[in-house]
Amino acid sequence: MGHVSAHPSPTITLRPHHCTLSVPVEIERPESSEAPYEVPEPDVPWVTIVHNDPVNLMSYVSYVFQSYFGYSKDKAHQLMLDVHHKGRAIVSSGSREEMERDVQAMHGYGLWATLQQDR
Amino acid sequence: MAGHFEPQPGGGAAVTLDEVEISILRSLAVQLLELVGPGDEPGAGESDDLLASIFNDGPSEPPADPVLARLFPDAYGGPDVVPDDDVRAASGEFRRYTENDLRARKRGDALVLIRSLDALSADPETGAVLRLAPDECRQWLGALNDLRLAIGTRLDVTDEEDGGQLLRLPDTDPRKPMVLAYLWLGGLQETLVESLMA
Repeated sequence: MGHVSAHPSPTITLRPHHCTLSVPVEIERPESSEAPYEVPEPDVPWVTIVHNDPVNLMSYVSYVFQSYFGYSKDKAHQLMLDVHHKGRAIVSSGSREEMERDVQAMHGYGLWATLQQDR
Repeated sequence: MAGHFEPQPGGGAAVTLDEVEISILRSLAVQLLELVGPGDEPGAGESDDLLASIFNDGPSEPPADPVLARLFPDAYGGPDVVPDDDVRAASGEFRRYTENDLRARKRGDALVLIRSLDALSADPETGAVLRLAPDECRQWLGALNDLRLAIGTRLDVTDEEDGGQLLRLPDTDPRKPMVLAYLWLGGLQETLVESLMA
């Protein structure tokens, strides 16, 4: 599709979607430390989330999961039910660029999808 | 097989449509084309500037029209995230690089639908049988889905219950024709999906 991914900033802070408590980590830094210690960005995967919407047919959502992701009929059906009953389902995970591709594809099919970092 | 697709041997699907159905479907698809439009290309009109047309970015703001906002949703955020500046910026960036492609795809799907209808010659008595190759089926699915998203958004369908309530609207309600079209398109799409999965 010729999609060029350009990100203004490497860190996007999104509210976590599940009930994980984020515990602030106190990094002890001795006063004598001259150069601040740089904590490397943890390699947190990104996820594609499909949201429930009242228009898309359940059979169509299943069909999209099978034909785009290559999921089995059972897996696609289960993900579709999750979207329908829980309002959302994580349908794929990977790098940010991969998830942008998946979200773009979902929008192409007319599904309501977003990506976020899975933390 | 009026009103519903059936699988064809060797892939693809077929449906019988009468003249009225063909004209309704065509008219809805043309309206969708007009709505999706060519995209808000900032460089449009300056065709002499070749570089500008090559590096034509899409818009970075979501469309104001609720139908277009549904067809071209934000990639970051979603219903349970309160968007902050970072989320909005990421959505805008994504939109700039993808929305024109997405608009082109939706136009392409709608055009395939219109062209296959135009190739039909419907008998006033029996209608016409529309036969779609597998690739055309996929584009028809896309177009039917976009039409249902557009009409569903205009009708403000909010959950499955609404489908039932809308069904019981009195014939005098101005929304009634749209509701009937919405339900009819749902049947077409459902049976087209089933045909592809058969």
